Amino acid sequence: MRIVCPFCGERELGEFTYLGDAKPQRPAADAGEDAIYDYVYLRDNIAGPMSEHWYHGGGCRAWLKVTRNTLTHEISSVEPAAGAGAAKVGA
Amino acid sequence: MAGDQANRLNNGGLIDRSAALNFRFDGKTFSGFKGDTLASALVANGVKLVGRSFKYHRPRGILTAGSEEPNALVELRSGARREANTKATTAELYEGLEAASQNRWPSLNFDVMSVNQLLAPIFVAGFYYKTFMWPAKFWEAIYEPAIRRAAGLGRAAQVSDPDHYDKAWAHCDVVIAGSGPAGLAAALAAARCGARVILCEEDFVLGGRLLADAGTIDGLHAAEWVARAVAELEAMPDVRIMTRTTLFGVYDGGTYGAIERVNDHLPVPPEHQVRQRLWRIVAKRCVVAAGAIERPIVFAGNDTPGVMMASAMRSYISRYAATPSRRIALFTNNEDGWRTAETAIAAGLQVAAVIDARPDVSPAHRSLASKGGFPVLHGSVSGVDGGKVGVRKISVLLTGGARAEVEADGLAVSGGWNPAVGLTSYHRGRPKWRDDIAAFVPDGAPPGIVAAGAANGAFSLGACLREGFEAGAAAARDAGRSGNTGSTPLANDEAFSLTPLWHVKGKGKAFVDQQHDVTASDIELAQREGFESVEHLKRYTTLGMATDQGKTSNVAGLAIMAAVTGKSIPETGTTIYRPPYVPVAIGAFAGHHRDENFHATRLTPSHHWAAEQGAVFVDTGLWKRAQWYPRAGEKDWLESVTREVKAVRSGVGFCDVSTLGKIDVHGPDAGAFLDRVYINTFSNLAVGKARYGLMLREDGIVYDDGTTSRLAEDHYFLTTTTAKAGLVMQHLEFCRQVLFPELDVQLTSVSDQWAQFSIAGPKTRDLLKEIVDPAEDLSNEGFPFMGAREVNLRGGLTARLFRISFSGEMAFEISVPARYGEATARNLMIAGKAFGVTPYGTEALGVMRIEKGHVAGPELSGTTTAADLGLGKMMSTKKDFIGRVMAGREALVAPNRQVVVGIKPVDKTRRLRSGAHIIPKGETPGPDNDQGYVTSVCFSPVLDQWIGLGLVERGRERIGEIVRAHDPLRGEDYDVELCNSVFYDPDGGRQRG
Ligand SMILES: [Zn+2]
Repeated sequence: MRIVCPFCGERELGEFTYLGDAKPQRPAADAGEDAIYDYVYLRDNIAGPMSEHWYHGGGCRAWLKVTRNTLTHEISSVEPAAGAGAAKVGA
Repeated sequence: MAGDQANRLNNGGLIDRSAALNFRFDGKTFSGFKGDTLASALVANGVKLVGRSFKYHRPRGILTAGSEEPNALVELRSGARREANTKATTAELYEGLEAASQNRWPSLNFDVMSVNQLLAPIFVAGFYYKTFMWPAKFWEAIYEPAIRRAAGLGRAAQVSDPDHYDKAWAHCDVVIAGSGPAGLAAALAAARCGARVILCEEDFVLGGRLLADAGTIDGLHAAEWVARAVAELEAMPDVRIMTRTTLFGVYDGGTYGAIERVNDHLPVPPEHQVRQRLWRIVAKRCVVAAGAIERPIVFAGNDTPGVMMASAMRSYISRYAATPSRRIALFTNNEDGWRTAETAIAAGLQVAAVIDARPDVSPAHRSLASKGGFPVLHGSVSGVDGGKVGVRKISVLLTGGARAEVEADGLAVSGGWNPAVGLTSYHRGRPKWRDDIAAFVPDGAPPGIVAAGAANGAFSLGACLREGFEAGAAAARDAGRSGNTGSTPLANDEAFSLTPLWHVKGKGKAFVDQQHDVTASDIELAQREGFESVEHLKRYTTLGMATDQGKTSNVAGLAIMAAVTGKSIPETGTTIYRPPYVPVAIGAFAGHHRDENFHATRLTPSHHWAAEQGAVFVDTGLWKRAQWYPRAGEKDWLESVTREVKAVRSGVGFCDVSTLGKIDVHGPDAGAFLDRVYINTFSNLAVGKARYGLMLREDGIVYDDGTTSRLAEDHYFLTTTTAKAGLVMQHLEFCRQVLFPELDVQLTSVSDQWAQFSIAGPKTRDLLKEIVDPAEDLSNEGFPFMGAREVNLRGGLTARLFRISFSGEMAFEISVPARYGEATARNLMIAGKAFGVTPYGTEALGVMRIEKGHVAGPELSGTTTAADLGLGKMMSTKKDFIGRVMAGREALVAPNRQVVVGIKPVDKTRRLRSGAHIIPKGETPGPDNDQGYVTSVCFSPVLDQWIGLGLVERGRERIGEIVRAHDPLRGEDYDVELCNSVFYDPDGGRQRG
């Protein structure tokens, strides 16, 4: 598999580390235990396009948000993950 | 007859008759020519019997002339280079080649195990599953070893491979698999457009079928056209032609695997050269011009030596000028098979008869028969007489029911052609059935791949050239190249006519998969027993599961299954195709990553100095760390380590701790950032001070620990454990980039930039004064415990000095730019000579940390909370941090958790071992009474006994209690006392002194 890093260009899979689902956002400090529990443990098992966190540790050390089809490995978008997991204001 | 090449034709062939090569097969010496394969040289020498079959030990000959060969597998070379299951049909002949037949004992001609044929009824499909179900222990002890002796393929070398293997990347616009007419035409079109082209050919000569089946292209003899095409391609700078290279796999994102047999054609690779090279080719487009594989017809005795694929027989006669037989019969169901009769006659050989299963034979072929003086029999071959000496007599069932016999010493068989759909069917592409050619063709190929020519079901020469040329031009266009392709190479389209025929019923074993000895009746049996799905059929009968992956057998197998189930072939379907297309040595995948190069090795800045000192090194992750420094006369490691500890506790010692992860944290929000990733607070740390920090995972479990110092208002210097250095960096980057983007902070890994030494012991200050600029104040007031700041060294170098202690002694850690690490170690030795300075390794470091009750890897085990480690009070209640909420979960704050406690044997002479379970006195050891275990142990020179740390239920409330250390692994059980985890200097006076 190859991922087009927005900073480094197209690179081989071995340069990247997979973290997982990029959808959960870290709840605010006062969100309560249930919200944090969901954030830490609950994940969808998606068959199809999925938004994922990947780390370009063998390159620019950027965390990326990669949209990958889990059925075909087709990657439809790669963008910096800046703030992707940040607490939602007022959440 | 050995060595006389009696079956070599006088003229022709792509062999160099001036270069004779001697080789040995089963101990006998033969000769062949440069340009031969081992198989063609054996054919030239009249060798028909080359192996015994897998299950029944039936005599087998050569069936094909390519990488689809199921039978002619040999052990090539000897000793450490012995390579089992090498296809004689692709092994290039070289001077001194040594090969041995497989699967026979004691000899190929007299094989004791052929008695398996008499046991045939128990070797039917599924016999492994049926026969040896019970009792289970018999399987390992008796059945499996016996079966492995009786049934099997070649022997592995059993010793380390002495050769090197390489891995490489290549990038191009268009990669092409195969250099037959379609592949060459594709390469020409793409290259003329300006595309960067890689052309892979598994053979050692370019041309594909054109090497055996000549024709006319653009008015030229095929060989001349090939030569011109190759010359044109070679002259282009962006074309790379790779012979002896098989494209074996298709991976995501246009990545292709290829194996280049760089030096397999030589006895031993030349010095400094690799045997094979594994290529990962990244290509925008791929044209699969891998051709087609001629398919057998299944009939009784079809595995008799001398029965050969018709196209293979042509290859031996035309390409190698070696004839497998003198009097040839041909059994065909299609027009193309007749070419073998034409080739045989042209070479002056006798054709005994052509058995044609079709209702009609063309007038041209009828006149060929009358000119050649041989009969054309309408019907099918139903049996072969011959055994190990090879084909003698062929039984024919004529259309209408009459029988005939043909005397011949060779039988060429053509059942039509199967496009090589392997590469285009990876990624779960399912080939589709085409009735007009009675074959599967590619469908649903992975993105970017297209098949052309015979691989796409276009069998005529003209069509191969047209399809290949168009595919090459389209691939170049898709890759963004737009040059002029010139004109399409032209050739005639031969007539195509085929009447499908898969299986001729008859008496005797009719083999579908010759490598795994799967017969037509095995398939019928599988169907009767309910294994109708092709995936079940495959696993129940092992059809197509041998090293050839059923290249000659799969389609015939499923056609027979279709017939017995009354379904059509497309309804029956194919199994899933998976790479690799040909076997690839594990060594090629490993490349240079073996033995000491299995992974990268990291050396500490003082490594070479430590090696000079005779240090014993230990692998910690990728690092080599000095474990201890033995001295003359010391009888074991314990004596050396104990000396090192005593020297530190009474004088001064130093240890390279550069392996710790080091991260510079810069920016106005650096303190706020650290507050969120550590359980304790760093924003209030004064400049010039250091603080121990603990970080959790978001689930509340301890992740890592280390000391962080504030060097300036907006600059912290953070250290991690050696093991987690990379992971903590990744985690902190995640926190910084993804979770807390609003913070103005930057992280820089500086692990490799700084060499760091711990200098410890009561005489530390005396030693430091020798290397630090005299202007620097190192007094307790001028540089108090947990101080951290830059200092100038004598000689002008600026270093960072941290007054932190892992050993519990008065200690500093000094950081210098990594390139000064070795010099610093040497200077510490010189400057410390007067104080008896002692270098110490990781063992002494570990002893002193256990004596002080500091937690490390064994306690930070991924199951412990801060409170378990006795560090619960560090958790700030005034801020949010990673892991805060989850750490408060009921189970993580339960009062009966296993917590860190000190442990020492009641019998002071007893050795404590880590891993021992803690069981209350008077209880029976077992899961119900297991209260924890010993995590870290050492011999404490201070206490003069073995001590340890452990995780024990309510451990800290039970100080003084005697419990059992139960160690079933070592057969030990002894009393230990739970005690304070700080064994040495519990009030910490020494480190503050
Ligand atoms: Zn990058």
